[in-house]
Amino acid sequence: MASGGPSRVAVAPTSRAAGAPTAALDPEAAALRKRAEEAKKAYGRGKSIQIRNIKDKKLRGNLRALEDRYQDATLKAKDAEILLENTSGYLEPEGELERTYKVRQQDILNDVAIETAKSGFELKLEGLGPYTANYTRNGRELLLAGRKGHIATMDWRDGKIGCELQLGETVRDAKWLHNNQYFAVAQKKYVYIYDHAGVEIHNLQDHVDVTNMEFLPFHFLLATIGNAGYLKYQDTSTGKLVMQMPTKQGSPTAFGQNPHNAIIHVGHQNGTVSLWSPNDTKPLVKMLPHRGPVRALAVDREGHYMVSTGQDSKMAVWDIRMFKEVNNYFLRQPGTSLAISDRNLTAVGWGTQVSIWRDLFNKNVNDQTKVQSPYMSWGGEGQRVERVSWCPYEDVLGIGHDKGFSSALVPGAGEANFDALEANPYENTKQRQQAEVKALLNKLQPEMISLNPDFIGNLDLASAEQRKKERDLDRKPEDPVANLKNRGRGKNSSLRKYLRKKGTKNIIDERKVRIQELRKEQAKREKERRGQKDIELGPALARFARKGP
Amino acid sequence: MATCATCVPQKIKALSRSASSQQAPGTNVTRQPRNLDPALHPFERAREYTRALNATKLERMFAQPFIAQLGKGHVDGVYTLAKDPKSLERFASGSGDGVVKVWDLPSQDEIWQTQAHENLVKGMCWTGDQKLLSCGSDRTIKMYDPYNTPSGSAPLATYLGQNAFTSITKHRTEPAVAASSSVISIYDLSRPSTTATQTLAWPTSIDTITTVSFNQTETSILASAATDRSVVLYDMRTSSPLHRAVLNLASNAISWNPMEAFNFAVANEDHNIYIFDMRNMKRALNILKDHVAAVMDVEFSPTGEELVSASYDRSVRLWKRNEGHSRDIYHTKRMQRVFSCRWTPDNNYIISGSDDGNIRLWRARASDRQGVKSARQRQQLEYDAALRERYKHMPEVRRIARHRHVPKQVKKAGEIKGEELKAIKRREENERKHSKKGDVARRSEREKMVLATEQ
Repeated sequence: MASGGPSRVAVAPTSRAAGAPTAALDPEAAALRKRAEEAKKAYGRGKSIQIRNIKDKKLRGNLRALEDRYQDATLKAKDAEILLENTSGYLEPEGELERTYKVRQQDILNDVAIETAKSGFELKLEGLGPYTANYTRNGRELLLAGRKGHIATMDWRDGKIGCELQLGETVRDAKWLHNNQYFAVAQKKYVYIYDHAGVEIHNLQDHVDVTNMEFLPFHFLLATIGNAGYLKYQDTSTGKLVMQMPTKQGSPTAFGQNPHNAIIHVGHQNGTVSLWSPNDTKPLVKMLPHRGPVRALAVDREGHYMVSTGQDSKMAVWDIRMFKEVNNYFLRQPGTSLAISDRNLTAVGWGTQVSIWRDLFNKNVNDQTKVQSPYMSWGGEGQRVERVSWCPYEDVLGIGHDKGFSSALVPGAGEANFDALEANPYENTKQRQQAEVKALLNKLQPEMISLNPDFIGNLDLASAEQRKKERDLDRKPEDPVANLKNRGRGKNSSLRKYLRKKGTKNIIDERKVRIQELRKEQAKREKERRGQKDIELGPALARFARKGP
Repeated sequence: MATCATCVPQKIKALSRSASSQQAPGTNVTRQPRNLDPALHPFERAREYTRALNATKLERMFAQPFIAQLGKGHVDGVYTLAKDPKSLERFASGSGDGVVKVWDLPSQDEIWQTQAHENLVKGMCWTGDQKLLSCGSDRTIKMYDPYNTPSGSAPLATYLGQNAFTSITKHRTEPAVAASSSVISIYDLSRPSTTATQTLAWPTSIDTITTVSFNQTETSILASAATDRSVVLYDMRTSSPLHRAVLNLASNAISWNPMEAFNFAVANEDHNIYIFDMRNMKRALNILKDHVAAVMDVEFSPTGEELVSASYDRSVRLWKRNEGHSRDIYHTKRMQRVFSCRWTPDNNYIISGSDDGNIRLWRARASDRQGVKSARQRQQLEYDAALRERYKHMPEVRRIARHRHVPKQVKKAGEIKGEELKAIKRREENERKHSKKGDVARRSEREKMVLATEQ
């Protein structure tokens, strides 16, 4: 399948016909071209195919038609922007002396619409905390889990409680599954799954002593990690344990998923962050963002940047496509919790405070500038922050702390225009049920998780090359010695001698398999022969039977 | 709460959507706003692929090609079928015991029948005014009027020939009918005479002509195939043969492409179907290979894009004009050697007549359903079709889309045939290896079966 590369640069046919290639564009054509470029930037899917160099006429025609269709699609998507009905919120200073981070919650609540102001609230739940909070994918329902075993779900907009449980044992994490009907709770020993009414429906005994969980909604996978450092993937639609692997880095200190490619990021005691997929028992990538335990991490929704905080009081921003640090910031205390909103606002909880940063990263510029001050801040009133999480599609930040839960208004955080077919905050029961069926039908297989989520449908050139090589029977046998790095030592170093002898020891190829089979057969024959002889000699003399031929 | 002087006058706006804006008052229809920003749609390629895979699986799940067998069929094998070009729902079938029946497709039942011949009915065709002509091995051609006479009535006219007839075809516009025996005899239906007005034959040919077919677009062109392995083209305007090509084995049926007047398909005894361009008979345009026994009948679809073929291996296969292998195989446990097949004029169904005396009705596209569909359903089907097309190269999609259950005998025969073909190829290569370089030239697969051409 051709890779999805829509849109060539649109040159209006009139301008092409105008004559010299250097002729000035008429304003109409220039506007068209500009529009096409904007459309490509926003809705394009990467580079287009170079059609002019293709010799095959039929292929060229087909590809041209395809490219035209892609370009048409981007232009139409751009046109459809006028149908977006909401614009995102903002908080702007009016004068040079004003600072947005000085605005308190009360000021915001006074200034916004009454309906919106309702979403800023406090829940005082002292004595059962600290609380972790988790919103459903459409942002409608909230799951609160207190460390001492208090679980509550609620439709936070209406203030309606779904269920409330007192589990009476330690709860370390709680996560909604694919919709508001099920949630998983990491308890003292095992992970349990409850339904919306709070009835325990599954006990996942494979997940022992779990500290962190992530749910991958498109794959229906619940990823957990515990103090032992075992990363486990459980398929919540079939109930199968898909994969478990040891991280071999001790107990994890941070855990998060990349929503763009479903890769799990695990932060470790030694300051590294490792990237995992269920298809490999080793980490795909290891990064070193901190000099000390990583305390929290989060990835933006397009999967371009990762923000992490460490015990070294640093907040590091990483480009996780190039695996390079973009910037790092100093926090006055180690950040304990991180979350990145739809519009790339980063909330970091440290001590009793939460700072919200804007423009820590911007995918549209090459050089990321260091931001001087946070966008907003919250707290400082003696509530130790446990978990920050953004409510999807709303300007709301949920803060779980040791005295309960606070919902803070952060203008400009949420995606203004939701797509009802992806996640609908206003869905009714029927729609929820239909969406669940559709989601199950479109469930992605765990094998499809990879660093590049769009690898499907691309030509696998690498393995074609490999196969071609293997087909070539006249190829030279690989020399393990030649593959060694030339370290300037003598030709007959002991390592080389050893490798020359044993270089192919652990390589099982066709020849080796054949030899092994032959040897097995020989041994079998030998055994049979000896059995025969044993019978001949009788039980007393059998032990003197000669070994070998 | 007290606020500092510097931070009071800020411009603030927070998102506010009211729940009531999502549903107009008094309706139960909720709005479903879309946002096409790629950031909101992660894993789009993977999800699309999954949908394509599901669409392919569903397509195979719904693939139920067999609809019904018509009425009670015939007592003897059905050797010929003819559809009425003026009607979407009527066609005639001729059987080995000389009985001709006319069928109605909507009711799937027989509406007219007669004992037309004393022996095999070898060929049938309809005239422009919906009369039925049938020819048999009892050396007669009979004309019936199934629309206006009761069953069993006597023929309107009878034409006599010298030898047993093997096939009959009607000119598109003129009242001329060509029937084949050892020569092609042209009868003029507008004359009272019962004998042929004109005969056509290749000067040197003496063998029986097995099939003859008028081109319905280029109306004076006529093609025939004979037991001497030749395919001959004639022109009625000059009353003379045009061209003769001798193939490796004899051919059983000829069908002209209704859209490309100069192309025709030949059903051959060597298990293949050849599509020829009548202007260049030296090589075939395409070879359709998949049958494992002689192909008994072939017909182009009304769109000219596809073909259906009936074979002695008890299966019906469907082909795309420009692909080398069949796109589908139809078979049942009870269906015996298939001798005739036709595509209905609405392009949606296939009729096959076989040795077991049954006439079977099939869907032309196995997973299609003809019922009225809602707009949503239609949209979904179109979307699924587009997805299947887009991801057809993916190994899993291709595997599922291509998988067919094939009868054991056909599968086994296919394997044996493959071995034999390989052996022939090996032998040829060996011969080539041991002869002087360039002595044994390679021939293109598409011209191998043409032994000779004559003008």
